[in-house]
Formats: sequence, C-alpha cells, structure tokens
Amino acid sequence: MADHKSNAQAYWQANLRLIIISLAIWALVSYGFGILLRPWLAGIAVGGTDLGFWFAQQGSILTFIVLIFFYAWRMNKLDKEFGVDEE
Amino acid sequence: MSQFAINLIFVGGSFALYIAIAIWARAGTTKEFYVAGGGVNPVMNGMATAADWMSAASFISMAGLIAAGGYANSTFLMGWTGGYVLLAMLLAPYLRKFGKFTVPDFIGDRFYSTGARLVAVACLIIASVTYVIGQMTGAGVAFSRFLEVSSDMGLIIAAVIVFLYAVMGGMKGITYTQVAQYVVLIIAYTIPAVFISLQLTDTFLPPIGLFSEHTESGMPLLAKLDQVVSELGFRDYTADVDNKLNMVLFTLSLMIGTAGLPHVIIRFFTVPKVADARWSAGWALVFIALLYLTAPAVASMARLNLMNTIYPAGPTADSIQYAERPDWMKTWETTGLIQFTDKNNDGRIQVYNDTPAFAATASERGWNGNELVVNNDILVLANPEIANLPGWVIGLIAAGGLAAALSTAAGLLLAISSAISHDLIKGSIKPDISEKGELMAARISMGVAIVVATWLGMNPPGFAAQTVALAFGIAAASIFPALMMGIFSKRVNNKGAIAGMLAGLISTCVYIFLYLGWFFIPGTATFENIPQNWLFGGTGFGISPLSFGAVGAMINFAVAFTVSALTAPPPVRIQELVESVRFPRGAGKATDH
Repeated sequence: MADHKSNAQAYWQANLRLIIISLAIWALVSYGFGILLRPWLAGIAVGGTDLGFWFAQQGSILTFIVLIFFYAWRMNKLDKEFGVDEE
Repeated sequence: MSQFAINLIFVGGSFALYIAIAIWARAGTTKEFYVAGGGVNPVMNGMATAADWMSAASFISMAGLIAAGGYANSTFLMGWTGGYVLLAMLLAPYLRKFGKFTVPDFIGDRFYSTGARLVAVACLIIASVTYVIGQMTGAGVAFSRFLEVSSDMGLIIAAVIVFLYAVMGGMKGITYTQVAQYVVLIIAYTIPAVFISLQLTDTFLPPIGLFSEHTESGMPLLAKLDQVVSELGFRDYTADVDNKLNMVLFTLSLMIGTAGLPHVIIRFFTVPKVADARWSAGWALVFIALLYLTAPAVASMARLNLMNTIYPAGPTADSIQYAERPDWMKTWETTGLIQFTDKNNDGRIQVYNDTPAFAATASERGWNGNELVVNNDILVLANPEIANLPGWVIGLIAAGGLAAALSTAAGLLLAISSAISHDLIKGSIKPDISEKGELMAARISMGVAIVVATWLGMNPPGFAAQTVALAFGIAAASIFPALMMGIFSKRVNNKGAIAGMLAGLISTCVYIFLYLGWFFIPGTATFENIPQNWLFGGTGFGISPLSFGAVGAMINFAVAFTVSALTAPPPVRIQELVESVRFPRGAGKATDH
C-alpha cells in the first residue's frame, strides 16, 4: 500500500513537471515571441515582415498543436509505466 | 441557374443532411442525450468540438477583424487556439475521469455544496445565453442575405432546424451533425482562400501565400500591403502595438475563457477513455487550425484586394468611379453593410484614414473625408464575389456560414438544457425524478432555451457584440479557476470556491458594466470607454473591459485560496475524490451516479 502511494505521488509529480514545461513553451511562443519579445526579434525577416509577426499569426498555433500531441503521447505512456492506465 | 437557386440547393442540401443524421442518431437515454452514450471516437469528437467551438464569429467576423486591425488583432488567433493547450493539460482528462454529465456536476460534488453547484449553473447559463444570441442573429443575417427572406424569417427557419435535430438527438444527434457541419464549413472557408492565394501569390496554400511574394508587384505580400495602407494614412498592417500589457491580458482572457466555456468542456465527456480525451483535444485544435491558419491569409489578401479594387492604378493615382464600381459592391450596398457618400462630389470613391496626421495629404488631393464604410463582417461572405469566383462558391459560403452558426448554437443549447434538467431539477429540486422524466425535462428545457434564444435574436438587446466579452469574461473569471482548483488543489474547500467564483464573477461584470453600460443598457456607462479611462489608463497601459477576464480569474484564485486557508479543510472523502480524478485507472464510461 505504501509502495502504491509513493508510486501515485511519483506519477502526479511527473505529470506536473510535464505540464510546467509545456506551459512554459506555450507562454514563450505566444506571450513571448508573439507579443512581448517581438521588438527583439524584429531583425529576423520572414516573408515581408518579422519573426514576431509570424509567431503571432501562425507559429504559436502550430506550436500549440505539437504541445498537445506531445503531452498526450507522454502522458499515455506514463499511465502505462506507473500502471494507472485504463484497462 | 440564378444565384438564388444555387444558394437554395447548397443550403437546402446541407439542412437535409443534418435532419437525416438526426433521425438516424436519436437519443433514447439521458446518457445518450447528455454525452452521446460516451462512445464517440476521439478524432470524430475533435471534429465535432471544432464545429462546436468555431461560431459565426470565427467564420464570418474574425478575418474581417484581422484585416482591419492587422498585427494588433492577432490576439484572436492566439487566444482562441491557446485555450486548447489549457484544456488538454489542466481540465479535459481529469473531468473525463470524474465521469459525470455536466460542468456544475463536478463543481457541486468537488466542493460538496449545492450552493457551489447553483453558482456554477448561474455562470453557465449567463455565459451560454449571451453567446447563443450572437449565433442566432448571425444565422438570421446569413439567411436574409443568401435566401432573400427577412432576417426574422431566417431566424425562425434556423430555430426550427436546430430544434428538430437538437431536441430529438441530444448530444448524440448534435455530435454527428457537428461532424457534417465541420466538413461543410471548412470546405466553404478554404476553397475561396485557395483561389485568392493563387490569384495574388501563385501559391496554392493560403498560409504559405501570406508570407510569399505578391506576383503583380514582385514585393512580399505583407510589405506590399504595408505600403498601400500607409500611403492612405492607415497604420502599417504589421505595425507593433504599444500597450502590450493589454494585448497580453486580452489574449490570456480569450485563452482561459475558451478553456472555461461549458459547451466546449462537455464535448470531452463523450469519449470512451481518459487517454482519448487528451488525444481528442489535439485533434480538435488540428481541425480548428485549418481555419485559423487560413484566416490571417484571407484577412491580408482581402484587404489588399479591396484596396486594389478601389485604387486600380495604385493608392497614389485616381480612385475608381462610383458608376463603375463592381457588382458585389452594389449587392452589399442594398444590405446597408457597405455605405457610400460622395463627400467631395467628384464621382469617385475615396477610402483613406481620416485623421489629423493625414489631413494635409487629403486636402492636397481634393479629398473631403473617407467615403466608403465597409462592415468587417462582409469580408468573408463577399470574398468569392470580390475575387470573381463562380456562383457555386457563393452558395458554399452561405451553407458554411450557417453551419458555423447552427453547430455552435446547438452545442450551447445542450449545455443550457443539461444544466437545467440535470443540475437544477435532478440535482437540486427533484432528486427522485425518473430517467424518463429527466429525459423529458431535458427536451423541454432545450425547447424553451431555443424559443428564448430566438426571441432574443429577433429583439437583440442592442449589445450583441459586447455580450460575447461578457461570456468570455465569466467563463474565464468564474468557471475556469473553480475547475482548475478543484483538480489541482486538495485544500480549496466549499467556502473558498464559492467566495472565489463570486469574487471573480462580480469583479469582471462590474468592470465591464462600468465602461459598456450597467447590464448593457445604453447610456448608463459610468466612464466613457476610452483607453485613458481604463484601469492604469494614465500610464498608457490601460486594461480594456474585454481584457478583464484574466484579472477576474486572478482575483478568483486569490480569494479562494485565502478563504480556504482560514477555514476547515475539505473532508477526507473529498480529498479522495480529488486523488481519484488525477489517475486514469477505473474511468469507465460517463455515468449518472
């Protein structure tokens, strides 16, 4: 039982770590590159404008998709490793 | 064949399809009515979620907003997609594990309080009803433009169609019609965009065309657009924004508002497993992104096309004669969505930014004010005509716009009816109601909700646009934080959750009402809605009423944690409940109790 408990805690900690990393990237591409850091990226030209504009109108959406699939894939694997997946 | 006949075939054909699906997918149990029996394939659920989520606002208005605002309105693109990351990681899998039918179900059980459940029901109903008004009016406008009926008549037709398939099929019927509606709306949106991208940039994919070379001038498309609009006194299309605080908060409000909208959340109760809920959020965003990556391309290309139509020889040469204007301008003039007044009586149409900074250039060119007012909403609907596309593409756009409005309306109506029949009647007033009785109650409350929404659509309270801000504000400030704390904290208790939800709800509503009018009654605003008057407005970093949802959410979190810390922790069985939603094992299908 004690073993089961620590296992459960490790699973939850792993989930939280994954969420924090994913949301840091989520914030970086949208609030960072797309909005606040745009002036610093202005030197990088992309199709008639700059990298910040690209992140605001396309890059962040593409990153969001990758993040969700990465999270789903990792979590579904963690479920099995920790034996908490659905039968 | 006349354009009217083509439109009728496309719209009538798509409606026949929705009705056929509804007859095939009738709901026989409350479980089928609320969560489609809990057996929906995750990819299919992703597609249904995309149609559910993408409303008339996404389909009709968003590209127009971006065309008008340029970079500054990228907030809608990031805000309305970024919420899915939050849903996938912070809400959907755990709420699916919890395995009940509605959002107030979770809040009521987790915070072991009928009061919390009722506050959640109230938030859900206010947010969903305000949201559904916009869908019904959108459907009415699309009908009146394409089928040549009055917009009230159009509204009634739309209401009857939704009534037929939503009341009969419940979530099961709605799910499968939403899949069909997604297909219709995405084809309708992308086909004109591909044609326009080919015309302007020789590039097949619009998102790539956006960053490609403008064939005619040999310049990058966005650089050409910047040049054209700046010569007419407008801000550069790609110009940066000064008030970044507000831009961040607005984007954040849209993101957490999206994640907190009940009609989107309940879609994730329909998949078989927790793992499927995670995948399904990803698929939903893929299907949404097909439209959201096309929209900014449509926006910039349509703006350039419009300017080229009015200034055929470039913005520094003479503009087009009013008598020689294209046919699409004439059709839209009759709807009042395009208005022309020849202020300098030269028989030509002048479009420019009528500001003091541009006044010298304007008078030098003999201009006496901007002469053409174009409503943002016509951009997508008129796009095929502006680009001279064949008549069937116009019929397709009509069917697509209606699909977007009806699919969202149906999802919202289901969220409202389940909150009434399941949370209010079964959960509070009459817990011993039979399965059959509850199903009947669900159908009746859905019928009543449709009648109310139709009535509000016909007599819009004159604030349809602002109400969407309220819907997002409430979802962001009350529902999202309560759900998140319910899952990620074992310490937040009933008193904390209720106090937090009320604090978030009230602070957000008050801030919106201060600037947009108390209960949106015109003329009752305490402050004029201009940036200088906003909170921190004096610093140039004012917070707009539309951006306050994120602040309301922070207030909610702060109050909930403070109150919980000062009162007794939740009982052990609740802490065990929180523990159980965190682990997928033993999920089973969505159940009643």
